[in-house]
Amino acid sequence: MQDNKLISDLFRTEHRKLTAVLAGVFGFEHIQIAEDIVSDTFLLATEKWGQNKLPHNPTAWLYTVAKNKAKDHLKHTTIFTQKVSATIKAEHSVYEEIEIDLSEKNINDSQLQMMFAICQPVIPAEAQVGLALRILCGFGIDEIADAFLSNKETINKRLLRAKEKLRQHKVKIEFPDTGEINKRLETVLLTLYLLFNEGYYSISGNTNLRKDLCLEAMRLTYLLIENKPTDLPVVNALFSLMCFHASRFEARIDKNGDMILYDEQDSTLWNDELITRGTNYLIRASRGDQLTRYHLESAIAYWHTIKTDSDEKWENVLQLYNKLLILEYSPMAALNRTYALAKADGKEKAIIEAEKLTQLTGSHLYHSLLGYLYSGIANEKALQHLQTALKLAKNKVEKNRIDKNIKALKKEELLMGRSSN
Amino acid sequence: MNEFLLIYRREADFDTQFTAEQLKEISKPWMDWMGGLAAQSILADRGNRLDSAGKVVKPNNVITNGAYVEIKELIGGYSIIKAASLDEAAEIAKGCPILAVGGNVEVREILQM
Repeated sequence: MQDNKLISDLFRTEHRKLTAVLAGVFGFEHIQIAEDIVSDTFLLATEKWGQNKLPHNPTAWLYTVAKNKAKDHLKHTTIFTQKVSATIKAEHSVYEEIEIDLSEKNINDSQLQMMFAICQPVIPAEAQVGLALRILCGFGIDEIADAFLSNKETINKRLLRAKEKLRQHKVKIEFPDTGEINKRLETVLLTLYLLFNEGYYSISGNTNLRKDLCLEAMRLTYLLIENKPTDLPVVNALFSLMCFHASRFEARIDKNGDMILYDEQDSTLWNDELITRGTNYLIRASRGDQLTRYHLESAIAYWHTIKTDSDEKWENVLQLYNKLLILEYSPMAALNRTYALAKADGKEKAIIEAEKLTQLTGSHLYHSLLGYLYSGIANEKALQHLQTALKLAKNKVEKNRIDKNIKALKKEELLMGRSSN
Repeated sequence: MNEFLLIYRREADFDTQFTAEQLKEISKPWMDWMGGLAAQSILADRGNRLDSAGKVVKPNNVITNGAYVEIKELIGGYSIIKAASLDEAAEIAKGCPILAVGGNVEVREILQM
């Protein structure tokens, strides 16, 4: 049991490193070989370490085995003559000379290069996140399926298709040219952002898995910060956003894995260290004059780390949402902006604006918002909207929450009815 | 959905010197207006504000100071919105904060080339 735990921990940390480095050696077109070698290595570890005993240094053992397997493979296939020999100009017993560099620096570089290789607009964003989870984070197919609330076959197919597409596009595992970094980084950051959100907003019941997703997104974003050419304000902004969100991790999910809404969270469970980190990286993000959606979202998240309601807080949040929406529309931002408007300028004003959002009438979140806005002003209307929301909501967690609101509203109505009699 | 140009007009002798506090007060309704349009996903282009100084160039090398269309009226800025019809665009323009300070909004459909 102990060994199994060790192997699964090592799997999580070493799988991605070995895959990135070996894929760098073989090239993206042969990434399957790299993945197979890494899988074989871990399989062998499970067998050997179970029977005998643990090697002194399990990580070094894994590296040696993987290296040997890679060299064997090169020896026995034509890849070497076709591809590698062209780049290495050695003349005798060349395969012996191949350096499979598993130094920390090369591991980090390989992972960064792999990040740029995977995050390509030619494949759908969802597939990019999936590939990132598999190759950059070492997640198993079953874990990825769990995170996406899907099944193994679907995920397998999706990843295979994505890899094939990247091969067709002759994607290379390398750093983009300096002039290209900004443009390429956009796709990388969006994928990391989605990866984080997949963990943060997922309705998967597996709380530990969700937290892992967020931590992996943070780790990869931090790799970009540690690498000088990519230590840009926009990257710092995204990292600070992640820190602020992650600071509420312990407070936003209860023992049953249910979500606790912001207003109901125990703020003593908020992580001060992450809030401080978020603030520091937001300051670092303010260098230069670039204002991205990550800057604005991070600033909004910063205001949310201040528990006390104040006019200043909500007015600032409202103005940040205004700017965010002007920069880039999203349904979530439209809804949150209207909520902030209610907090800053009152529900009456927010109702007028909410009624204009006719493009969102198919969303349960929209009707939940109207339910909230009308409650205490026109309870009958509030109830109608909550019931519409209940009909539109797709998953159980959301249905439960709306149901709770309906019950609370009915109870309030009943009490008010009695007191007026 | 078609695109419509909103031209914000106001009085020409509009004071342009403000304290920081006054600026904040003026900026809020405008940001709320733009944010509201963006939240409806109908803001095609937030546009720009225009400086009050300007020159009008006429034939025969005549250049006059002042950007006035008519006496005392000045274009303060513009935005582009999306709407189904001119009537709908005009309806939307009713929410513009320039109306609260005595200005007006001209609404014109943009014809695609």
